[in-house]
Amino acid sequence: MIGGLFIYNHKGEVLISRVYRDDIGRNAVDAFRVNVIHARQQVRSPVTNIARTSFFHVKRSNIWLAAVTKQNVNAAMVFEFLYKMCDVMTAYFGKISEENIKNNFVLIYELLDEILDFGYPQNSETGALKTFITQQGIKSQTKEEQSQITSQVTGQIGWRREGIKYRRNELFLDVLESVNLLMSPQGQVLSAHVSGRVVMKSYLSGMPECKFGMNDKIVIDKQGKGGTTDDSGKSSGKQSIAIDDCTFHQCVRLSKFDSERSISFIPPDGEYELMRYRTTKDIILPFRVIPLVREVGRTKLEVKVVIKSNFKPSLLAQKIEVRIPTPLNTSGVQVICMKGKAKYKASENAIVWKIKRMAGMKESQISAEIELLPTNDKKKWARPPISMNFEVPFAPSGLKVRYLKVFEPKLNYSDHDVIKWVRYIGRSGIYETRC
Amino acid sequence: MTDSKYFTTTKKGEIFELKAELNSDKKEKKKEAVKKVIASMTVGKDVSALFPDVVNCMQTDNLELKKLVYLYLMNYAKSQPDMAIMAVNTFVKDCEDPNPLIRALAVRTMGCIRVDKITEYLCEPLRKCLKDEDPYVRKTAAVCVAKLHDINAQLVEDQGFLDTLKDLISDSNPMVVANAVAALSEIAESHPNSNLLDLNPQTINKLLTALNECTEWGQIFILDCLANYTPRDDRESQSICERVTPRLSHANSAVVLSAVKVLMKFMEMLPKDLDYYGTLLKKLAPPLVTLLSAEPELQYVALRNINLIVQKRPEILKHEMKVFFVKYNDPIYVKLEKLDIMIRLASQANIAQVLAELKEYATEVDVDFVRKAVRAIGRCAIKVEQSAERCVSTLLDLIQTKVNYVVQEAIVVIKDIFRKYPNKYESVIATLCENLDSLDEPEARAAMIWIVGEYAERIDNADELLESFLEGFHDESTQVQLQLLTAIVKLFLKKPTETQELVQQVLSLATQDSDNPDLRDRGYIYWRLLSTDPVAAKEVVLAEKPLISEETDLIEPTLLEELICHIGTLASVYHKPPSAFVEGSRGVQHRRLPPRAGSGESAESSDVGQSGPSEAPSAVIPSQGDLLGDLLNLDLAPPTATVPSVQPSMQMGAMDLLGGGLDSLLGGDIGGSPSMGASLGAAPAAMPAALGGAPAVGGGLGDLFDLGGGVGMPTGAYIAPKTLWLPAMKAKGLEISGTFARRGGIIQMDLSLTNKAMSVMTDFAIQFNRNSFGMAPAGPLQVLTPLSPNQTIDVSLPLSTSGPVMKMEPLNNLQVAVKNNIDVFYFSCQYPISLLFVEDGKMERQVFLATWKDIPNDNEAQFQIKDIHLNSDAASNKLQGSNIFTIAKRTVEGQDMLYLSIKLTNGIWVLAEMRVQTGSPIYTLSIKCRAPEVNQFVCQCYELVLKN
Repeated sequence: MIGGLFIYNHKGEVLISRVYRDDIGRNAVDAFRVNVIHARQQVRSPVTNIARTSFFHVKRSNIWLAAVTKQNVNAAMVFEFLYKMCDVMTAYFGKISEENIKNNFVLIYELLDEILDFGYPQNSETGALKTFITQQGIKSQTKEEQSQITSQVTGQIGWRREGIKYRRNELFLDVLESVNLLMSPQGQVLSAHVSGRVVMKSYLSGMPECKFGMNDKIVIDKQGKGGTTDDSGKSSGKQSIAIDDCTFHQCVRLSKFDSERSISFIPPDGEYELMRYRTTKDIILPFRVIPLVREVGRTKLEVKVVIKSNFKPSLLAQKIEVRIPTPLNTSGVQVICMKGKAKYKASENAIVWKIKRMAGMKESQISAEIELLPTNDKKKWARPPISMNFEVPFAPSGLKVRYLKVFEPKLNYSDHDVIKWVRYIGRSGIYETRC
Repeated sequence: MTDSKYFTTTKKGEIFELKAELNSDKKEKKKEAVKKVIASMTVGKDVSALFPDVVNCMQTDNLELKKLVYLYLMNYAKSQPDMAIMAVNTFVKDCEDPNPLIRALAVRTMGCIRVDKITEYLCEPLRKCLKDEDPYVRKTAAVCVAKLHDINAQLVEDQGFLDTLKDLISDSNPMVVANAVAALSEIAESHPNSNLLDLNPQTINKLLTALNECTEWGQIFILDCLANYTPRDDRESQSICERVTPRLSHANSAVVLSAVKVLMKFMEMLPKDLDYYGTLLKKLAPPLVTLLSAEPELQYVALRNINLIVQKRPEILKHEMKVFFVKYNDPIYVKLEKLDIMIRLASQANIAQVLAELKEYATEVDVDFVRKAVRAIGRCAIKVEQSAERCVSTLLDLIQTKVNYVVQEAIVVIKDIFRKYPNKYESVIATLCENLDSLDEPEARAAMIWIVGEYAERIDNADELLESFLEGFHDESTQVQLQLLTAIVKLFLKKPTETQELVQQVLSLATQDSDNPDLRDRGYIYWRLLSTDPVAAKEVVLAEKPLISEETDLIEPTLLEELICHIGTLASVYHKPPSAFVEGSRGVQHRRLPPRAGSGESAESSDVGQSGPSEAPSAVIPSQGDLLGDLLNLDLAPPTATVPSVQPSMQMGAMDLLGGGLDSLLGGDIGGSPSMGASLGAAPAAMPAALGGAPAVGGGLGDLFDLGGGVGMPTGAYIAPKTLWLPAMKAKGLEISGTFARRGGIIQMDLSLTNKAMSVMTDFAIQFNRNSFGMAPAGPLQVLTPLSPNQTIDVSLPLSTSGPVMKMEPLNNLQVAVKNNIDVFYFSCQYPISLLFVEDGKMERQVFLATWKDIPNDNEAQFQIKDIHLNSDAASNKLQGSNIFTIAKRTVEGQDMLYLSIKLTNGIWVLAEMRVQTGSPIYTLSIKCRAPEVNQFVCQCYELVLKN
């Protein structure tokens, strides 16, 4: 198991050091600094073995978090734990920075004592932790409160406490998708997928039992076969989507999903990520990028890029940004674009073209002349792909929320009383076209 | 509240100030002081002097302060065991506190204080806490048992905590169950044979129930534990699989990977024709792909595991090639791993896409990645025959880019393509030859030279090309030199008339001007072969070469099986068994996949070294070392039908000694003459080429080289009686002869000093130059009486091996200075390396096996010893007298195999296998050592010992 946990600043000074196992000595702190943080070349692996000691590290801005062990630990678990630890710290004091860590080091030690015991991760749900790690002491708690805390920390529903009350029961569902594309210069889709998340903000009283439904092909087909009404059968062909895979927050009953494909759960209070999913079939690609690069002699490049929006004309895409890489030996760039603003950014070796808004089924174009300094460098320019960023108000996977039902048998509010909001946002993930 | 102020460096006298503050009456001031102490502790300052003062703050009802004091205690209790006792009372009291959080805190902290006296006091509170009414306390106590076991295993057993822990598996609270499982698993690892984790269908059922209810971390503990269970039959296996599959949808990647591990393992037991088997295979792919959208570090772990899964069950991901396409912004470690998996998944169906991608990658920036991409194109050509042509043309395109490292890498892989498809793509040779001048890496140069030699008859100016390399022969690396020698000999055999001069030139360069034994030996062999029987030479040198195998760098099946059982763990990231990187007994148990039910091979597959499923890829030819290991394994086990699994555990201590020894041996190089050092350093690299049969060498030639190795050895350098070391002529009348001996573990130098001068000699002293094994006089040279003319005196000088080390050439060279009243005289002599064989050089069998496997085959050297008229037992006795120990003996088809070990004074182990054919006077000796430089000298000693 995890033998020790260290946090360093960018200089390699240790900010937090907590050792859990006897086989990890103080020298491990220095070994990581010398061999990884101060290493001359770029880090080639997130796992480093130095003198029979393994170091796992992640970086958050310029802070290094390293977990150390001498055993054959579950590597995936160690990384998941490090991410979780970042989440917990962020939830307690915001951004992970040297300043914040130094200011909260007592709190961090207290958290580390709680969420990692002898190197074994324990309950690390912020909701539960915040009930008893408060930096205020726990003198005031009554006996009932104490046992409530411990039963929540160890219980089956560790993510929610009892007795939550809201005057207005309300929930927000955000379907956030990022659409990823790699396209060849000829317009052939090399790979495309959508990775989506359903984020829920729940402000519900009591211990509500929820059931979430979407246009999952398997479910719709099953219902169609079951011989329900005509229209559901009709809609199944077009309206349903094939989900390649999905993962759920730990509140979702996985065995129930596995057997019935129904998503039922008691949600945590506040914001959390209900599920993640991935689709690859019938993706709506909101934009198409058509590049044209011509080398004119050895000192000039002509670039023309056309973007076409491919969705309903009534919808508006926002925050559009096209990034056209330029060679390292670029000396000057002239740009002409029909819409938006384009600028050559020498420090980033790219022409950045920004358009605030663009409706569906439109197209726009940019052309640029790039002057190059003559070099005797034999190596050809690697031609990085043209990448794109945007935001659209629909789900490129085609996912639709069909229902989210809430039952709270003990309290007197019903599904109808809950105010529900649903929003779809499609963003670009890695959206690249080779040129 | 800004706590960062505690980190600011403070001036001298800080400790005193802190002491005062810690003893202050004000609570706030106290707390501030403790915070300062903890901050100092964090940055590595020693604040142990404040121990009593900090412990005094422990009695408080401020929980924050208490936790800080506990943190301090955990850090320093070990260094101040007597004072730590002061804390015991508070702990015991806290364990009775009405607040469960405080009870848990106390028991959690107590377990972290590794002081024997304290652990005794811990037992009673722990026993109570294990039965506490509050689950939070119980789950903490469960982990505490593992902590206590780590400090004092006997105590835990005596106190019966293990049984209590087992009971907790049936606890009503899922988190208590999970922690109990984690603790038991850890304790069981250090007791490989105990039946501690008594997994039976009932407990498994409990675990599976808890699995649905506990935290994500608990699920990981439980799944990892489940993976160690072996179901009784395929039905139980299936029912467990059914209950584990829902975990594949968990958001936590570690839960998913652990579930994959359980499924991959239990799937082995399912009959392949079962519907469920197919369903399961299909269910595995999507979650594995989803892992690739996690954060990059997790992607890396996932990819390393997918690499294993793809080798074990290629069918799972065969349609998912696209997801492994490299993204421009992937971190380099993700890119390299994806590339590896792409090649493994490449097939006729997807090769076009793969090639297009690879070509794209070959133009990227990162040199390592580009090289790997080029190499991957070559591997595709070898793997998918239909694509070979396209691959070759892609490689040619890449050569046209003239990017130096791309060209070199391409030439190396094209050489392999030639080996795989002879007489098909030779038309490209012309293009390759154009790039001859730009090659500066040995591997590429060697590959190019091989191509020129192999196809000499088709290249008009082959002689010119090779001649151009010959100019700087001595500056080339050994790899290139050897290749050049072979290539020119090939050329000569193909075009004898024009190239006679060239071949003579290279042979003389190799045999006369080179001090590399491999090169010399190979040169001699060729020379003799060519001069005695050119026809035979042709048959040997131009023999048809075996085709190279399709899949390269597959993991060896037994290791692959073991790694599959370790999915998700570090072992699967390193692709090494845990024993290779974990110290001590923990985790060195080898895990194996269960045998498939109903296939009738279950009995067989429990044998050692036998891989379970029959569909395991058989393309890999086990290296010689492995074969030997397996044979030895059989030998070590009792001769019954059922062979218990022998676990070659590794003794880490020995390993480190080896490492250290090697370092000191090589470290000595500094200051020595650089050319000597370099030539010796290059030796191991040349060894495999000569012995293992490099691509250029025909199969038959390898054996010949072995012969050559024996012939080319300088023999007779050592004569047991005294030899003349310093003639009187050179030393103004002092004559020294001497020899070396090892008597009762002490190395002695026996000297005879003779005065051949006219005057009396007095004031003798002796000194050694630094030498390879740090030999130095252990005392002064005892010549008590003056040495009168014509008098001879015999002296024994005891030697130690703790002197300064410097690598000598030859290794066993010793430079000596002797002083008397006349002058200082210098001479050098060579000592038999057997002097350095220590008495405790008998290795454990297991260790021997593991070490033999662990030493790379490159370090192995073979020798033949002729004219020995001893049977193996007599030989073994004789060797034992010189501290060469027989570990095991085995007889196969009239051949006796002896396995021998030697330990040198500097901790280097030399392992050997000696083959003795009954009735034959020739012994074959294979020597393996971490420092291959000693091989030759060790062989000499064998010969000496056996012959005398």
